Amino acid sequence: MKPHTLSVLVENRPGVLSRVTGLFSRRGFNIESLAVGVCEEPEMSRITIVCIGDDAQIEQVMKQLNKLIDVIKVSDITENDRVERELALVKVTAEPGSSRAEIMQIASIFRAQIIDVGTRTVVLSITGDTEKIDALEKLLRQYGVKELVRTGKIAILRGAKTVKSTK
Amino acid sequence: MKTGAKILIEGLQREGVETIFGYPGGVVLPIYDELYNSSLRHILVRHEQAAAHAADGFARASGRVGVCLATSGPGACNLVTGIATAYMDSVPIVALTGQVPTSLLGNDAFQESDITGITLPITKHNYLVKRTEDLGHVIREAFYISRTGRPGPVLIDLPKDVSTKEISYEFPASDEVNLRGYQPTYKGHTRQIDKAIEMIMEAERPLLYIGGGVIASNAAGELVKLAESMMIPVTTTLMGLGAIPCDHPLNLGMLGMHGTRYANYAVTESDLLISIGVRFDDRVTGKLDTFASQARIIHIDIDPAEIGKNKKVDVPIVGDSKSVLQEMLARIQKKKDYQKWMSRIRTWKEKYPMKYPQDGALRPQFVIEQLSELLKGEGIIVSEVGQNQMWTAQYYCFRHPRTWITSGGLGTMGYGFPAAMGAHFARPDQVVFDIAGDGSFQMNIQELGTVSHYQIPVKVAILNNRFLGMVRQWQELFYDRRYSYTELPPVDFVKIANAYGIEGIRVEDCKDVRPALQAAIETEGPFVLDFRVEREENVFPMVPAGAAINEMIGGHIE
Repeated sequence: MKPHTLSVLVENRPGVLSRVTGLFSRRGFNIESLAVGVCEEPEMSRITIVCIGDDAQIEQVMKQLNKLIDVIKVSDITENDRVERELALVKVTAEPGSSRAEIMQIASIFRAQIIDVGTRTVVLSITGDTEKIDALEKLLRQYGVKELVRTGKIAILRGAKTVKSTK
Repeated sequence: MKTGAKILIEGLQREGVETIFGYPGGVVLPIYDELYNSSLRHILVRHEQAAAHAADGFARASGRVGVCLATSGPGACNLVTGIATAYMDSVPIVALTGQVPTSLLGNDAFQESDITGITLPITKHNYLVKRTEDLGHVIREAFYISRTGRPGPVLIDLPKDVSTKEISYEFPASDEVNLRGYQPTYKGHTRQIDKAIEMIMEAERPLLYIGGGVIASNAAGELVKLAESMMIPVTTTLMGLGAIPCDHPLNLGMLGMHGTRYANYAVTESDLLISIGVRFDDRVTGKLDTFASQARIIHIDIDPAEIGKNKKVDVPIVGDSKSVLQEMLARIQKKKDYQKWMSRIRTWKEKYPMKYPQDGALRPQFVIEQLSELLKGEGIIVSEVGQNQMWTAQYYCFRHPRTWITSGGLGTMGYGFPAAMGAHFARPDQVVFDIAGDGSFQMNIQELGTVSHYQIPVKVAILNNRFLGMVRQWQELFYDRRYSYTELPPVDFVKIANAYGIEGIRVEDCKDVRPALQAAIETEGPFVLDFRVEREENVFPMVPAGAAINEMIGGHIE
């Protein structure tokens, strides 16, 4: 059982996302994260799904996804050389004084940006792989994380290789 | 200029549709108005569920796409059980539903239901058509998706304004549909087929395990040829009955929960299971770890998701059964001698034949046997669900594909009667029987109105035991005979039939069975037979839930 990253190319039509997520819930597959958006082809969207399962379960997920008419291609890119990113926005309690300075220091170490400063809070924006965001969140917990918003992971293959419709 | 409704009817006719089953309502008025002048035959059912089952029965008997039509909201929702039934058994139907006008969509309008949302998990694909301009190609796509690859139901939801809007539209001349997200594989992988043949040559105790996929792909002829040319015994699932004649020397009958002992023993001892068009359903496999545990497994199926879903497979072949079987036949060079294996199977067959008590009581198995003898295994036999279904599967001698029509996957009570109506329109040349229980028949008994109205010559044979028999059987065996809500009060089905203007006979004695069946067959229109059978007869043999399939109980009479 380990996380798998699936890159799913779908028709950009109403209801496609519910077809995909409905499939996961009714067949008892768990989604760790899901990110969806338009892609290089205007008529298609790309969904990046992270799900956990053993090899047989992941194989079944992919086969079932492939059966959806609106799904054009499904690739498990877990074993491929790839770049992954996730964006998180974190609202942290930061009373003026030493803790605020510490938070800003942590932000700079993580190359996170402070994108909003209030009287008692700051908002950090961080981009990176899942582990980096987890690490930052853990550090910020001691100051009080008031709100955390994550986009879910997106991933792309390194080099010239692509996840593309072959049809 | 054409209305959407006109485009719809034209589209159906272009797909070769002649008969549809439906029920009118508010938002389908424009479609019904168009039907009024059309050459399409519309059969008015008495409940939308029956429309879906009739379309399904039509599709199974003919191999063509069945069509049903219902209005929005309650009409559409009433189709749901029928669509789910077709989905589970991979039956090609197109369900057309009316919808509230696009301007009201999502407003909880009168008779609005999100039927595309509701049917998402039980359709192969579905459409909510929002522009009349899209309707023509949606119809074509829907039929294409429904009948190709692994067949299945497709639903098209039609808002009222889409049906009424007039546009200038001509169907494109080319029939080609090209969907980049849907490219079924028909031809099996050559190397995999070679590997399968090698395995067959190495095997000592091979067995063909055959399911509904072989019927769906019209591959019964190829299957029998393969079995005969290699002398490999065959067992079929409930859905695969009819793929090989019942009395063929290589046929072991049905396997699984109510299969024959010899089929289940053969699976258990086989060293090579050649599985074609099957899905290793729990009713077939029993305890999965012990199912065919000595065998290597070849699995041929058009749906890659079925391969390896329940059981690890040694040689997966994705492809259409017919095409793969043809390839296999072309490559087989020498015959192998499985004499030892065949004689072991013969011993089981002789030792554990299918039997039931012969004590003069009117037993359901006897009724089925008599019908089988009378029709010589010809005709189309449809069943309801439960004991009636299992006895028919066990005791009717099926000789041809598409002559056995039953709800296997979903197990839908009330399926048989309306499906039998559909089967008649597919094969008007054939006698059509619905083998029913008194419980199941009462689930769609209102269709007596339809068969009477159109004089659809469906013969209903009710195995009337005044119980929900299969549930009662489980209560007897596993719940200490506590018959919780399974006993039904007596019903005079003959009187009910008469009230609809349909003839009927009640039968209480063995000697009257044959003449009654004969009378039903000879009567031109519909007919109802009320067989008052032994009340607590059980379906045996039986594999208890969760047991290995060779651990069967009952049915072995010394």
